[in-house]
Amino acid sequence: MEFDTIAAISSGLVPGGIGIVRVSGPQAVKICEPLVRIRAVSLSGAKANHLYYGKILDGETVLDEALIAVLKAPHSYTAEDTVELQCHGGPFVLGRVLETVLKAGARLAEPGEFSKRAFLNGRLDLSEAEAVMDLISSHTELARETAVKQLQGAHSEKIRAMRAALLEKTAYLEAALDDPEHYDLTGYAEGLRPVLETLRKDIRTLLASADNGRLAVEGIKTAIIGRPNVGKSSFLNRLLGFERAIVTQIPGTTRDTIEESFRCGDLVLRLSDTAGIRESTDAVERIGIERARETVREADLVLLLTDGSQAFSEEDEALFVLCEGKKTIVLLNKADLGLAETPEAVSSRRNLPCFAVSALNGDGIEAVLEKIRVLFCLAEIRQQPLLVTNLRHKELLRQAEASLGCALDTLDHQAPEDFLTIDLMDAYRALGQILGEEVEEDLINEIFGKFCMGK
Amino acid sequence: MGKIIENTEKADVLVVGAGHAGCEAALAAARLGCETVLFTVSVDSIAMMPCNPNIGGTSKGHLVREVDALGGEMGRNIDKSFIQSKMLNESKGPAVHSLRAQADKRDYSQKMRETLEHTEHLRIRQAEVAKILVGDGKILGAETVSGKKYLAPAVILCTGTYLNARCVYGEVSEETGPNGLKRATHLSDSLRENGLKLLRFKTGTPARIDGRTVDLSKMEEQKGDETITPFSFENKPEEVKKQQISCYLTYTNENTHKIIRDNIDRSPLYSGAIRGTGPRYCPSIEDKVMKFPDKDRHQLFIEPEGLYTHELYISGMSSSLPEDVQEAMIRTVPGLEQAVIVRNAYAIMYDCLDPMQLKASLECKLIRGLFSAGQSNGSSGYEEAAAQGLIAGINAARMIRGQEAVVLKRSEAYIGVLIDDLVTKENTEPYRMMTSRAEYRLLLRQDNADLRLTELGHEIGLISEERYQHLLKKKSAIEAEIRRTEHTVIAPTEKVQALLASRFSTPLKSGITLAELIRRPELGYAILAPVDPERPALPDDVCEQVEISLKYEGYISRQAAQVEHFLKLERRRIPEELDYKDVGSLRIEARQKLEKFRPETLGQASRIAGVSPADVAVLQVYLEKHKNVSRETLM
Repeated sequence: MEFDTIAAISSGLVPGGIGIVRVSGPQAVKICEPLVRIRAVSLSGAKANHLYYGKILDGETVLDEALIAVLKAPHSYTAEDTVELQCHGGPFVLGRVLETVLKAGARLAEPGEFSKRAFLNGRLDLSEAEAVMDLISSHTELARETAVKQLQGAHSEKIRAMRAALLEKTAYLEAALDDPEHYDLTGYAEGLRPVLETLRKDIRTLLASADNGRLAVEGIKTAIIGRPNVGKSSFLNRLLGFERAIVTQIPGTTRDTIEESFRCGDLVLRLSDTAGIRESTDAVERIGIERARETVREADLVLLLTDGSQAFSEEDEALFVLCEGKKTIVLLNKADLGLAETPEAVSSRRNLPCFAVSALNGDGIEAVLEKIRVLFCLAEIRQQPLLVTNLRHKELLRQAEASLGCALDTLDHQAPEDFLTIDLMDAYRALGQILGEEVEEDLINEIFGKFCMGK
Repeated sequence: MGKIIENTEKADVLVVGAGHAGCEAALAAARLGCETVLFTVSVDSIAMMPCNPNIGGTSKGHLVREVDALGGEMGRNIDKSFIQSKMLNESKGPAVHSLRAQADKRDYSQKMRETLEHTEHLRIRQAEVAKILVGDGKILGAETVSGKKYLAPAVILCTGTYLNARCVYGEVSEETGPNGLKRATHLSDSLRENGLKLLRFKTGTPARIDGRTVDLSKMEEQKGDETITPFSFENKPEEVKKQQISCYLTYTNENTHKIIRDNIDRSPLYSGAIRGTGPRYCPSIEDKVMKFPDKDRHQLFIEPEGLYTHELYISGMSSSLPEDVQEAMIRTVPGLEQAVIVRNAYAIMYDCLDPMQLKASLECKLIRGLFSAGQSNGSSGYEEAAAQGLIAGINAARMIRGQEAVVLKRSEAYIGVLIDDLVTKENTEPYRMMTSRAEYRLLLRQDNADLRLTELGHEIGLISEERYQHLLKKKSAIEAEIRRTEHTVIAPTEKVQALLASRFSTPLKSGITLAELIRRPELGYAILAPVDPERPALPDDVCEQVEISLKYEGYISRQAAQVEHFLKLERRRIPEELDYKDVGSLRIEARQKLEKFRPETLGQASRIAGVSPADVAVLQVYLEKHKNVSRETLM
């Protein structure tokens, strides 16, 4: 048995003008050959990287008319021989074409398997492969930009440079341990310190960008909470109806919640559990404290809505307690009815940003959005040359940072140089794991398992 | 004419060669109850030291301690025959402390021979083994040049540098083994005929000079340690204490280098007359001069060959230059102006086995029951040889008894690193043990070799019950004392503050545990004795372990985490019968390498050059998928 050949619908399962069935592996051409009929050539005689018009057959039945491309190893996404059948984009016809390809000997690709092969065949490193997934799932401009940069190797290049610096220093140290006569360690520690400090600074810069960067890219998960009758749903509707805002509905993390994403310029808010808020417009409003607690726990930002025309009630106080430790903005709603207390007074007493808003006429909302931009450093983030958005990368960078810290401690304590190698190698490995250049048990399956079908 | 009398002998284990690998292999096998025959071309050259007159040194000292901890002989033998002992690198961390002892060469050889002769089940036989006997993929025995057959289920090759050896200096080329001894001319062919691949390696040795012609007053004297650390964990410092002799340090200079450069075309290595690859890390003086043109001097270490002779060994000056050049360059060195050569420096070329053909047990993948150890596996050095010899001897005996082979991991011993490197890395030059090769060296210290390995040695059967009980006692004493230091609170009394002040240590604000104080870089276990009245009287080796464990706790635990990580892949075994053609999406280069090496674990596979992490991932995925299938097949 050689490599096996895999196939999947690569264009998603929504009706569309065009849909693509991709077949990859050494048998790709052979498997597809009897299924396609192109005028004047057989598939094995087809030129690579050319688009042919032809028919797709199941026996004598014509399944579809299609454009057919043959890509030859290693010049394809997977770096294997690949046949792409560009059919009409209905889920049923695509399903029939795929079924026929599978019947002819291909195996249904697992989610992410095409990308996995691209990685295993050395066409993409791990960070680049992950960027493919990020690019597909990007729904902000910043996300797209970041993913493309990562796909083009900007992250990999930076990480490789850091690894090279570490390796050079470690290699000299190891050489000196073996051959002290010819490799002198005098002044080594003094030379190492600035290198480690620079590396740590670079990593810290990347890490600092990571939290806010991820939020800028994925959107800020925002919880709107408030006791009954403060006007949550009116506020939500006002927000969603806000001029220039684009609203999309995307599935939330749990099955029965709907996440609405609100976009205004570079600001993306993912309004969690909006379904819950909307339900509450029903006759009886019953958002329990438990539900609020849950929502707050998962949020990056809490908008705590109160009735500004009245003094805070006990229920309001309970909600303030809930928000402790979270980025929170207090909104005094119903400002159109007059305020019981000024936002400045509330802000200084609670030590939280506070704004007067009116869900009724939209007053004050612009200022809130601006405050969110500042809270999440959106302007700075756009200036970052390199943005880390992947949680796995973030964790590994954090490990590398910690190891560099330990190595610097070793220098501080003037411990013998050989102790340095432990932490230098740890940092080196952590960085290597970002690229997939260190062997990691089961990492590969875990990562590619998160990919979507057909990629 | 007389009829040929049937001339066959039977044994369990045959050991071919009685150098440092052969002696350990034969002793281990015999001590484990196997009838063992040890072949040597000359009984008078048993355990001979044809190169440097010392045992141990950086990282090699670790190997000797480990050999001893497992029940091997080298440590005990050098303790009997050393003439100077020194712990190297004491200014550095405990991981790189290394023990080295100067040997009296004749005494070392003699003492080893006595041990062999007093070992039950062991016979020494002076004869050149000409053939290995193989049938059906299994070793059947060996045949000597005289045609006598020895039948045995296990044969251990410890042929050192003897196979088709050739010694060269300048234009002189002689067909001899080391030290002018007879070489072995037949066995290489027999190994090749049985499908084994041989390599041609080169190594060298410096000249020996007459001590009476040397002016030691122009050199730096290097004395041995006051308190001697014995190599063997069985011996106590006071038991091996003796009058020590000194070594001397001197240096080459520009004149030396000029002579070498002017005559470099007369070096057979540079003129191309020598084929075979020499070691990178034990380079000849001409290599060093050419490789480091900026260095204005190279260190030379003058070592006595023994108490029985005036001969001195010039460490650092191994060479294959012609005799006249050797003489001239030696006489440029301070203290050696009048030096008279006793033996020339020479390079030696020899056949050795490509060690990739071996499993980590040191058994041949191709021929069941054929083991190989030492320089015949492409290593260099007495200690590397002894370590392999011990493991080969143990595993030959275990194979005969039907027991699983003993394989030490990289995380357990330098021996594990040594053998793993030999069997997984493509060697193009003699392999020398080095500190940098052991990635987990903080755990693999020379001081804890017994704690790491003696339990295993006992299980194997080479460590006596008495020694084992002693080890268990030591272990529990260490643990108890660490616990005590963690529970002993030192109050900020005047006495304590004064002690701290004398060591420039921050004074105490309140009570602190003794362990915390020991961890301070400027303090230590011994230093704090005056403020620790409850301290029990403990042997030095226990105190040493307590101090190291506490002081380097952070580093040790981080290294232990690295080991945990490493072991994950190490534990994943690759079935012996795996057909790499079945593993989809392996790159062609990776498949070829894997087919060639046939790694035993995923960890081994990951260390093969040309196998990338992605390739290992492919293998991993494949093994995972087929785990259940193969289990079903078994049922």
